[in-house]
Amino acid sequence: MGGLKVLCIAIVLINGQTIGTVAADGPFPDEARRMRSANEFLSPALRAEQADPIRNRGMLWVEQGERLFAQPPPPGGAQSCASCHASPETSMRGVAARLPAVDAESGQLVNLEGRINDCRILRQSLPPLDYETDELLALTAYLTALSIGEPLTVSIDGPASAFYAYGQQLWSERQGQLNVACTQCHDQSVGRKLRGDTISSAVPTGYPAYRLEWQTLGSLHRRLRSCQLGVRAQLFELGSREYLALELYLKSRARRHLIDAPALRR
Amino acid sequence: MGARGMIAVRAAGLGSALVLAAFAVTSAAATPLESFAVAGDAIGTPLGGATGDVSRGRDIALDRGKGNCLICHRVPIEGELFPGDVGPDLSGIGARLTAGQIRLRLVDQSVVTPLTLMPSYYRVDGLRRVGDQFRGKPVLTAQEIEDVVAWLQTLR
Ligand code: HEC
Ligand code: HEC
Repeated sequence: MGGLKVLCIAIVLINGQTIGTVAADGPFPDEARRMRSANEFLSPALRAEQADPIRNRGMLWVEQGERLFAQPPPPGGAQSCASCHASPETSMRGVAARLPAVDAESGQLVNLEGRINDCRILRQSLPPLDYETDELLALTAYLTALSIGEPLTVSIDGPASAFYAYGQQLWSERQGQLNVACTQCHDQSVGRKLRGDTISSAVPTGYPAYRLEWQTLGSLHRRLRSCQLGVRAQLFELGSREYLALELYLKSRARRHLIDAPALRR
Repeated sequence: MGARGMIAVRAAGLGSALVLAAFAVTSAAATPLESFAVAGDAIGTPLGGATGDVSRGRDIALDRGKGNCLICHRVPIEGELFPGDVGPDLSGIGARLTAGQIRLRLVDQSVVTPLTLMPSYYRVDGLRRVGDQFRGKPVLTAQEIEDVVAWLQTLR
């Protein structure tokens, strides 16, 4: 029986371990390993709507963000974003593509939402905006839209490498009551159907995105939360270091993919 | 998916004439599960000695808050739109597998194929970051597992 017990423990251990290496060099043909954006699986109708700035519902937030960026925020009329960042069409182009990045002073990983809030706190003497508020979504959507067509260029060297490794770990380990890892769906089951959804490679170039299920625009972190909910896992906070690390990991594996936010999603 | 893992485990299971592993629940907070024995690639006896009910089993399998099997599997039921295809088609499963084999695959498919995507429906240990309201509970109860086993056996 001793040997049999060992066998069973071994199985449980494999099952408890991270399974990321399988994604990297598992038995999948190259074609299956190609990164596939959810855009490829959109219905023709949604795809046409996304491509048309007049019909793309996410553009409402982009326009609101443009106004917020230019206006001095009430009350008290602190400086506007534009007073520091003149000609945002050129000066802010590419910023969304480089983030998240490690902040030299704090050593923390900061994404676009975090950068916006840093400016509010440090330069505008305003309270930070919460995730999923219309203002933060609007500013994030506007600044991301200024990088449409730019390739993702996040760095995972130096101080970012530890965050990248953490993101990869979170990606690879099973979680939740349903005991499934991100990689099992988004590397190993790409192109397959999970009920009505076709599983993509989780290419994060379209966020913030307008999701029909939400009936509103939502951040990338909110989308990650939906997947965690799906496997009945304990949720991380929006803006947490866990989601930031996953964001860096996702953006790194999708390097060279072009920003196409705000996307439309089911 | 996990084809190599499957072969290795199946071979190991068959190689040892009788594999008996009692899966005991260790966590104090957990609801105790019925103990069961895995023999080969099956759990030969019903969990807790329960008797399955075919029509209840069908309802549990289709219920999105319970089995939610159609998110991954096609089943031979008319009018069921948009089944997933992440898992194999379950048509004819009752002819392909014995009740005991089906039982093990519902309880913990990962015993058969360690890298499987299929959730373990009757397992509470060795899981990570389980949501508060689900912690210490299996996805399905012993009775519900038996109900689903009974229904799957009718798919021939
Ligand atoms: C059980 C399957 C499953 C698991 C596990 C899973 N997802 Fe998803 N995910 C989906 C489905 C289905 C969608 C919607 C279709 C699509 O775009 O892939 C989705 C969408 C996404 C998207 C949005 C893609 C887009 O362009 O709209 C991201 C990003 C994502 N998942 C990341 C993750 C991360 C990170 C994890 C782990 C914390 C994870 N997913 C776990 C099934 C899963
Ligand atoms: C998240 C996806 C998913 C869900 C949900 C799911 N399965 Fe599966 N199932 C699979 C996959 C994938 C396999 C293939 C086993 C493997 O990994 O080799 C499988 C295998 C099986 C098998 C063995 C089939 C064979 O030919 O060996 C049975 C029986 C089965 N599932 C029944 C069910 C039932 C009943 C439910 C709901 C109570 C269910 N499954 C829910 C993904 C799923």
